[in-house]
Amino acid sequence: MIIKNLTVRFGAFTAVDDVTLEIPDGAIVGLVGESGSGKSTLARAVSGLVPYTGVVEGVDPSRVQMVFQDPLTSLDPRMTIGASVAEGLRLPRAARQAEVERLLTLVSLPVALAERYPRELSGGQRQRVAIARALGVRPALLIADEITSALDVSVQGAVLNLIRSLREEIGLSMLFISHNLAVVRYVSDVVAVMHRGRLVEAGPTEEVVKAPSDAYTRSLLDAVPRLARS
Amino acid sequence: MRHLLRTPAGIAGTLLVALMVILAIAGPLIWGAEAERIDSAVILQGASAAHPLGTDNLGRDILARVLVAGRLSLTLAMIATLIGATAGVILGALPSVLPRRGARLVTGTVNALVAFPGLLLAMFTAVIAGLGARGAVLGIGAAIAPGFARLTQTLAASVAGADYVAVARMLGVSRWRVMTRHVLPNIAEPLILQLTQVLGGALLALAGMSFLGLGVQPPSFDWGRLLFDGFGRIYATPAVALGPAAAIALAGIGFNLLGDVLARAASRRATPTDAAAGRAVPEVGELGEPDPDAVLEVRDLTVTFPGGVTPVRGLSLTIAPGEIVGLVGESGSGKSLTAAAIGGLVPYPGEVSAGRLRMCGADVRELPEDECRKLLGTSLAMVFQDPMAALNPALKVGGQLAEVATVHQGASRAEAFARAVDRLEHVRIPEPAARARQHPHELSGGMRQRAVIAMGLMGAPRLIIADEPTTALDVTVQREILRLLREVTDETGAATLFISHDIAVIGELCHRVVVMYAGRVVEELPVGELASGAAHPYTRALVASLPDMETDRSLPLASIPGRQPSPAEVPGGCAFADRCELASAKCAELPPLIPYRAGHRVACWEAK
Amino acid sequence: MAESLRPSAAGPSAEGGRAGRRRLAGRALGRVRGGFVLRRVVRFVVSLAVLLVASFAMMHLIPGDPVRASLGPAAPVELVAARRAALGLDEPILSQLLSYVGNVFRGDFGTSFLSGEPVREIIASRLPNTVGLALLATAAALLVAVPLGMWAAIRTENGRNRGTEVTFTSATGAAIAVPEFLYSIALVTVFAIGLRWFPPAGKAGPVSYVLPILSLAISPTAMIARISRVETLRELGMDYVRLARAKRLPAARLYFRHVLPNTLTATLTVGGLLLGALIAGSVLVEYVFAWPGLGLRVVESITQKDYPVAQGVILVYGAIVLVVNLLVDLLLGVLDPTSKLKET
Repeated sequence: MIIKNLTVRFGAFTAVDDVTLEIPDGAIVGLVGESGSGKSTLARAVSGLVPYTGVVEGVDPSRVQMVFQDPLTSLDPRMTIGASVAEGLRLPRAARQAEVERLLTLVSLPVALAERYPRELSGGQRQRVAIARALGVRPALLIADEITSALDVSVQGAVLNLIRSLREEIGLSMLFISHNLAVVRYVSDVVAVMHRGRLVEAGPTEEVVKAPSDAYTRSLLDAVPRLARS
Repeated sequence: MRHLLRTPAGIAGTLLVALMVILAIAGPLIWGAEAERIDSAVILQGASAAHPLGTDNLGRDILARVLVAGRLSLTLAMIATLIGATAGVILGALPSVLPRRGARLVTGTVNALVAFPGLLLAMFTAVIAGLGARGAVLGIGAAIAPGFARLTQTLAASVAGADYVAVARMLGVSRWRVMTRHVLPNIAEPLILQLTQVLGGALLALAGMSFLGLGVQPPSFDWGRLLFDGFGRIYATPAVALGPAAAIALAGIGFNLLGDVLARAASRRATPTDAAAGRAVPEVGELGEPDPDAVLEVRDLTVTFPGGVTPVRGLSLTIAPGEIVGLVGESGSGKSLTAAAIGGLVPYPGEVSAGRLRMCGADVRELPEDECRKLLGTSLAMVFQDPMAALNPALKVGGQLAEVATVHQGASRAEAFARAVDRLEHVRIPEPAARARQHPHELSGGMRQRAVIAMGLMGAPRLIIADEPTTALDVTVQREILRLLREVTDETGAATLFISHDIAVIGELCHRVVVMYAGRVVEELPVGELASGAAHPYTRALVASLPDMETDRSLPLASIPGRQPSPAEVPGGCAFADRCELASAKCAELPPLIPYRAGHRVACWEAK
Repeated sequence: MAESLRPSAAGPSAEGGRAGRRRLAGRALGRVRGGFVLRRVVRFVVSLAVLLVASFAMMHLIPGDPVRASLGPAAPVELVAARRAALGLDEPILSQLLSYVGNVFRGDFGTSFLSGEPVREIIASRLPNTVGLALLATAAALLVAVPLGMWAAIRTENGRNRGTEVTFTSATGAAIAVPEFLYSIALVTVFAIGLRWFPPAGKAGPVSYVLPILSLAISPTAMIARISRVETLRELGMDYVRLARAKRLPAARLYFRHVLPNTLTATLTVGGLLLGALIAGSVLVEYVFAWPGLGLRVVESITQKDYPVAQGVILVYGAIVLVVNLLVDLLLGVLDPTSKLKET
């Protein structure tokens, strides 16, 4: 799919300014930028939550799904995990149970969790439930918006591993948004950098990270805190 | 139900409301005849043994009439509430169903109506509908509706803005189903609970209308009407007004207290209750002589909360001048409470105990109050996570900085302000004099964090405690703040305690790293050994699970199974044993923090 | 320089979070302030127009003929017809509305059916008594409630002093639940009839104000004290308070200079809105104390079906409430640079 000349304005303020970006089938495109860069607004525009001008080609808007930063607020506190995951399924009632089980297994969660409520799960588990629910409608594109920002490091690894295995196993196309360049580098095939509403650089991950062409990308790379490994 | 009976207010409210309901059901059956019996021999009497509250102009017993009137008072109030609540919910839900323009019209009308006091709306309606119970009930109903509509709207809007509604929309769930499945169930409870209070209000308003002679008309009577009759005779026989007045007051108080308690129960339901668990055993060790060079020396610091919750367990820490020590741990490890305990900021009912708590050469617990105040006010600087919340939004930046100098150092306002501008310039805030005259919201996040650091520099800082100071900032801003912190430490020779969940940031800034897990220090090591020389399996797993710019992308990331025990359920032995690959039988016993190499200590039986 | 004010995608987007949104609100202030005043004034004018139409419609919504209803079935047909003509009730509805609005703006509210007095004079002679009572009661409530709420908050911070908390919430809960007319009756019975310290009714000198003001002020005091406590508790939990405590500022300075200004917005908003409710509540209190205000008159006019008086007085009440709300909003807009009100 390809996003062409997408622009989002809030009154006089241009949040996303003429962005063109291709997301190849089965690839993970990482989108980095700081707060106010417009990356989340771009995501909301592509998933149809915010009005925009420009075109999004090659994907049915109803088959774009989004996973949010805080899994606790993105799950209805009054619905069981099973009911939440089943909600979007367009399947006969009888087939739902099996599909919910398949989805939970896909994100490496025990099937027994279907009976539980969101507050009974850990942060990492809740985020995996949110991913399972999004996968239920067999999305053509999954948008992950800062999905590991609210998680502890020791749990983050498991969610990132899941994202990579999903791409390998079911060929999922994904727009992976994060402010953390190291995380984006780890999961993405292509990295795109946004700054003040504009797309300043996009290219294969290693290329962008090793030889950035844009000055802003360079300053972003310089700012990443590094643990001196010997 | 347990919520209701836990507080005196809840008990009183429940009892009063129960009493009112019983009275409404049984009152007319028991005292109905008595209330209607006319006795020309005892007209307009005051209190007597036969008629404790006196009699009315037809010689009827007022006490019996008060007991009977409860049914009509309550019934009318319920009808008014029903009318008002139904109209309110419809008005409140309409905007989420109507097209944009219609929705705005409804919202605007509700907003305009909410501004008018209920009694005014009620009188207006009563004029049109005519004097009497019907007019009053319709009027009170009309007066209830706007407030209820506003409440419905606010609640629905807050639910509609939730991420899970956005997700449901994306999943293709219909508008109707979103309303019935997600929005209504999540707002029904507060709405229903609100009804108790609305019912109480309706009862009082109806009593007021009847009292003015605008409500129930004879021969019917409610409490308000009885009060109306009694009020005329208040100079001669005050007792006749007592009965209806007391009935109205008790009913009002009952419904209000109950409504209050119910509303609070609903808002608290979201928070989980703490599991009680065993007490923490304080770890007693040899204190030895205080370290004369250390700026901060803490021995066996423990923070406990009631119910056996012990987030910090026997922590010891020493920081030398000019040294930056990083305290790293995941959420719930107790690192922020450690900072709060050192700064004397642990919230009630937390209790801090320590074998030693020396700061800047003195044990702060032994210093007299005002000396301690002065010492810490000028030599301790703290920086918190949210730079917006750390500055007072109502005061100008310069004034907030200057305060330290005027309060603790006796500087004049002009001197203090000049120093504030100088300090702002020192942390490289452009146009410091102009910025000092601005309010915090006019500064960017990074600049606000600089201003907080500048505030710490107003005195002569010897200890800087920074609790996740860059977590809310962008990486490019983070880098500048880290650089500033390092410069300030070098320049002032202050000791810095830097707290973060981000091991990479710690690795970049600090000289020494202290790793916390479940309230205890599990490892303490020079920063150079963090990446490849860590001895504790938890530290090693933490480093391995962190992707950085060199991580091999073809390998899966490490992650630690299970989760950190909560501060209430930390086991007696090694807290990490459940998640540890190396765990052995020995780990049931608590490993002490012992020297491992030079400047490196670890608390693990298996560390080699 | 990255520190300069960055454009922020706050607002509808999720980025930037709370801080970003506030930052945007803050920076946009210069532009917004003019717009904010204008929006509030427009809202006021619209509400006033709705009020005018409603009070006009009141006369027409009364079932049957208001003149006949007022004069009673025995009144001669000619008299009813003459009255109707004098009121212009036989003209087309739109021209009636226009002339009604025109008359109101000229200060002509019609004449009483019963006494023949111009309604304007009734209002002019009685309005000051009602407004004076309401303003004094509001001032009394604010003066007592704000410090009371702050004190309770400081004593009960983080759930300490459970006893104080329970007492405070129960006492204020009970005080809110009892309506003002019961307070008036109780106060009259005890202090006027029983102890004879104050006059039981009428307006005669400063002493006669005491009981009516007390009756009106008790519930609002309890309500404002609760708001003041909640607001103070919220501020006490903020980082700037922790920072001020870390700086070891003296308690008085912390509470009065740092915390109080941040609690006043919400407290004054509620205080302002209560002033409206208080004006309405004064109807009952005036009735008990036979206070020569508008309230007493509106009750009489409704029971006696003196519709022009009821119409005029209700209109004036509504207009007062609207003006008070407008003034409170504008005042807050000036006082509080970060007021959240501006975003709506």
